[in-house]
This record gives sequence, C-alpha cells and structure tokens, in this order.
Amino acid sequence: MAKTPKKLIDRYNYSLILLRQLVKTDFKLRYQGSVLGYLWSLLRPLAIFSIMYVVFVRFLRFNYGVPHSTVYLLLGIVLWNFFTEVTSTGVSAIVGKGDLLRKINFPKYVIILAVSFSALINLALNFVVIGVFMVANHVDVGPRILWTIPLLVELFTLALAFAFLLSAVFVKLRDMSYIWEVVLQAAFYATPIFYPLVLVPANYAKIMMLNPIAQIVQDLRYAIVTPQSPTIDTYWNSPYIRLVPIAIVLVITITSVQYFRKNAKNFAEDI
Amino acid sequence: MNDDLAIKVSNVSKDFVLPHEKRTSVKSAFTSMFKKRGGSEQQHALKNISFEIKKGEFFGIVGRNGSGKSTMLKILAGIYQPTRGTVKVEGKLVPFIELGVGFNPELTGRENVFLNGALLGFSKKEVEAMYDDIVRFAELERFMDQKLKNYSSGMQVRLAFSLAIRADADVLLVDEVLAVGDADFQRKCFDYFRKLKREHKTVIFVSHDMSAVREYCDRAIFIEKSELIMEGSSNKIATAYTKMFTPKDENNDGNPEGGRWGDGAMEQTKVTITPKVCKQEDKDFTIRVDYKVTAEVNNPVFGILLKNATGGHILGTNTKLKLMDTGSYKAGDKGAIEWKVPNIFNDGEYFVTVAISHEDSVTQHDWIEDAARFRVYREDNTPFLVNPFIDTTIKKEK
Repeated sequence: MAKTPKKLIDRYNYSLILLRQLVKTDFKLRYQGSVLGYLWSLLRPLAIFSIMYVVFVRFLRFNYGVPHSTVYLLLGIVLWNFFTEVTSTGVSAIVGKGDLLRKINFPKYVIILAVSFSALINLALNFVVIGVFMVANHVDVGPRILWTIPLLVELFTLALAFAFLLSAVFVKLRDMSYIWEVVLQAAFYATPIFYPLVLVPANYAKIMMLNPIAQIVQDLRYAIVTPQSPTIDTYWNSPYIRLVPIAIVLVITITSVQYFRKNAKNFAEDI
Repeated sequence: MNDDLAIKVSNVSKDFVLPHEKRTSVKSAFTSMFKKRGGSEQQHALKNISFEIKKGEFFGIVGRNGSGKSTMLKILAGIYQPTRGTVKVEGKLVPFIELGVGFNPELTGRENVFLNGALLGFSKKEVEAMYDDIVRFAELERFMDQKLKNYSSGMQVRLAFSLAIRADADVLLVDEVLAVGDADFQRKCFDYFRKLKREHKTVIFVSHDMSAVREYCDRAIFIEKSELIMEGSSNKIATAYTKMFTPKDENNDGNPEGGRWGDGAMEQTKVTITPKVCKQEDKDFTIRVDYKVTAEVNNPVFGILLKNATGGHILGTNTKLKLMDTGSYKAGDKGAIEWKVPNIFNDGEYFVTVAISHEDSVTQHDWIEDAARFRVYREDNTPFLVNPFIDTTIKKEK
C-alpha cells in the first residue's frame, strides 16, 4: 500500500515529461520549412483581421456601436481562432499518433493536452499583438481586465473538452473531421465575431448569448476593450442566466472526459 | 501477488472483433444500425493464458507467426487490454517492441534523443546528464545537429539502441526485432542481453531464434494457435518448438538449384539417407549413392561434402583421400556406395553434395551440389561447428 502514492507521482511525472517534449516537438515542427516561421502565428490572425476589417468596416460600414472597434474585432478573431485551432487539430490528434500508440503505452490525454498547449502558446503570442493594438488605440484599461483570466480558463476548458470528445469519436468514426468543419463554420456565424451584436434582433441575441463561446467572447471584449461591449447581462436581467453557459461548459467537459477515459485504453487497437 | 513475482498473468483472453467491412463512416454506421449483427466475426487471439514470471528471470515467449505471441506482448506492455483476465506487473515496465519509438525524421538527432528519452520516462535533466554517453556509444558525435531524415538506417538504429539500453526499468519487454541489423549490431545486442542477465533484470524475450532462447532464457512458454501449450525450461521449449517443424522437414530433397556438372561417364541416380531424420540417440547414419556407368572408367574417386544451412563446410571425404582403390567399371554397370557418418552434428539442417570424379580427381564425371538434405535434432547443442560425443567424467579426491 505504501507504494501507491509513489506510483501516482511517477505516473504524473511521466505525463509531465512527455507533455513538455510533445509540446516542444509540435512547436518545432509547426512552421518547419516556412521562411517566416513563428511569425505566421502572428501574421495569420492579422491577415484575417485585415480582410474582415476591409470587408465589414470599410465596405459594408458595420458599426459596432463601441469605441476601439478594431481591437474589438481583432480580439474576437483571435479568440475564435484559438477555439478552432484546439478543436480542429484535436480531432485527428489521437489517430495521428496511432503509430506511437501501437508501440508504447502512455497516458493518452497527454496527446490532447500537448495539442492544446501549443495552441495556448499561439494565443499568448496573439495577445502580444492585441496589446500593441490596445496601446495604439489608447484603450482604457480598468480593473475589469482581471476577468480575462477566469474567462480564458473557461474558453480553454471548453476547447479542451471538445478536443477530448472529438478525438475519441474520430477513432471510431472518421467522418467526424468533416462534420466538425461544418459545425465550426455554422458556429462562426452563430457567434458575434465579425458582426455587431446590435444588428441581431434582440430575441435572437438573447438565445445567442447562451452559447458559451458568445458569452466568453463578449465578456472578454468587455473586460479588455470597452465596458460598452454588450454581454449576456445586457440581454438578460436575471443573474442566474449567467450560470447557463457555464453549466453548458461543465456538462460538455464532464461528458467528454468520461467518454475519452472510457475509450482511451482501446485506442491502440481501434485505430 | 507474491513478493518475488514480477508479472502474473491470470486467465487472459483476447478477442478481436473483425468487422467484415470496417465501419468508419456515418453512412455505413447508419445502414448497419438496421442490419442484424453478423457483419463482424470474433477472432480469438489468445485463449485463457496464465503464467508467472519471477523477479530476475529471463523469460522467453516462443510461437510461430500468428500464434498470438505478439498480442501477448502488447497486452503485457499495456498497449492492448485483455478481453478477460488480468495482468499484474510489479514495477516499471519498458517495452522494446520497436527501436526508436516516436523518432521524427524532421527533428535533429539531438531533439529526437530528448523526445525518445521522454517516452522512455527520462526527464530533460536526466537525458542531458547521459547525452554524451548516448552519442558516443552510437558513434554519431558529428551528426547530432542534422535532421534524422538525413541519417542512414544504420545510424538511426544505432542512436535508438544507444537510447534504449539506458532505459531504467524493472521489467524489460524485448521483441526479437531488436536483434536485426548487421553482425556488429547483433553482437552489441547480445552483449546487452548478457549484461541484463548478469544484472538479474527481469526480461521477457519474444523470439523465433531458438539458439538465442536456449542461451539467454531461464524459462519459456510456447504459444500455439492462441493457446499456451507448454511451459518449462528454455531447453525443453526450444526443443518442442523445433520439433513442430518436423513433419514439413521429413524429406531429404536436395536443393534443385545447387547445380550439377561433369562428363557423365558415371551418373549418380539416387541419394538415400537413413534414417531420414537424425535424432540425438542415433549414433550414425548412412548416405547411400546409387550410380550407373555409361562409359569405361578406371579407379574413379567417390566423394561427399556436408554443409550446414548457412553453407559452411562441415566435413567431407573421398575415396582417394581414404587411399581406397575403387576398381574398374564398364558401361551398363550399376551399383551404390554407402557412407556411414557418425552423428557429430548440432541441431539443424545439413546439405549433402555428392560427386564422382576421374582418377586425377580434377575431371568430374558427375558432381551434384546439395543433392540431398537431412535434419538433425539435438538437445545438447554447442555453439561450435560439430558436436561429437565427448565422454566426460568428474573425479573428486576424497
């Protein structure tokens, strides 16, 4: 019995060592052979931002009804990109490591964690760009910025949960990657990333804000960019409604982790 | 579990469900929802296997391809889960099912060392501490900052092996694939096995190579058609395994591609070996060569040459070397020459080359390379060329 705690420490120690190496490898391999390398982590969201800025702000003359609308738009894109990156690389993460899984036994969740941590590093780099934009736009920073931490935790949890679920389903059902592509596209339009919420009829906006991603994006815009950003509280009067998206995140997380744990030991033979 | 046990396998069975068409798309999943089951069949890869391995034991698992031994190995390694039964492992187990697991061709040699090291359970610090030794042992000092894809396969194997032998495990699972490669590398592998044995590590060794099983394993099990059919000393198991191939080998057909030449003045028509299979208890066996004569021949030289399976010449003789006068032969004569050879052979397969040549022993009448073959079964093998009976007594002074 005395051996149990030591075994437990050994196991997590092993996971930690592995996680570190896998994240490192992933990051090293990501931009291998590209001339600009890591710069792409910054260039990609900036390029998407420029396109959207030109199309929606310049041509279609969207009015976000808030100050610092460039930072507002950029933040939305960066957050959405992070969610997309974790989940869509997550889908095929387990199958992609099939070769390894068939030769050595190690905790499978490390693979998913590795994928999401490299996305997290990317997110951190993107936040540097956002910081630059904030300074350039003279954004007022208030104590509300502290909400950023719990909100990012919520976003990371949700993305990670989806990655766990999708990667495990993908082992048995290879259609999952295509399905998820379509779901992401739909979710992109269902979430106020590039269009102003004020354009959405209030009834719909009310429902929309129950979507955890919409809630997180709007709350982060509130915390970082401007207190004028509409949040879930703008549309609902009851403070309990605030718990709905959080509850959704929790339910998805618990189901996903359970499903992943149940199937993880069979990955090697199912792939 | 007893304290002196390293591994306890109890009633392990493994079934694989083999769908006739793998259901990996929604459409087939959808259509098969309405179909009755039957689109799949169960394959029993292992049936009710139980065995125990003691700490410090060098334990062999033998079996033919498809017998289930690889599945057993993967279950021991925790890669597959048993359908029924349990596997208990005491301590840390490191599998070497393949060398260089996780090696990535796009990373440099150095980066791969850290990645592979992590898979073996080494932290960055630990790898750094032994990094120089690893590189030196692999003899790759100048190449560590090059990408792995630019390595030759030999270099990759060297690097992987150099890492693998650092693994600090209580139980090691070694697949025979480890011992592939050139002779020099094989020697390194076997040196490593000997080291493991000296250090009393628990090792599970899966192999086809019975001489390796005999040499390194203390005990072994024999898996055949998904079942454990025998357990015991490595010698007993190796012998049983070798015997399994007996029916297939019980003929004395030679190698048709061996070649045949000569002027044909005398022809060898048949080579007969009795007994067909040479067992340990057989003191000697007879090689009989039937001949017929087509032209007048004086004092020809009859000869035989015995080679082992790898082509090494074991022994040979001819009537000239034996200072025998063989007489004269007329066209139409028939007869035979018999060679009674003592059984001094090690376990294995041997080829017999027979020849009749002119008196000068240069011009050949009929030379048949690898004309026949015979099989020897021995349990008291030696690693040497021949194994004659050596009467041994130990005397003790009182």
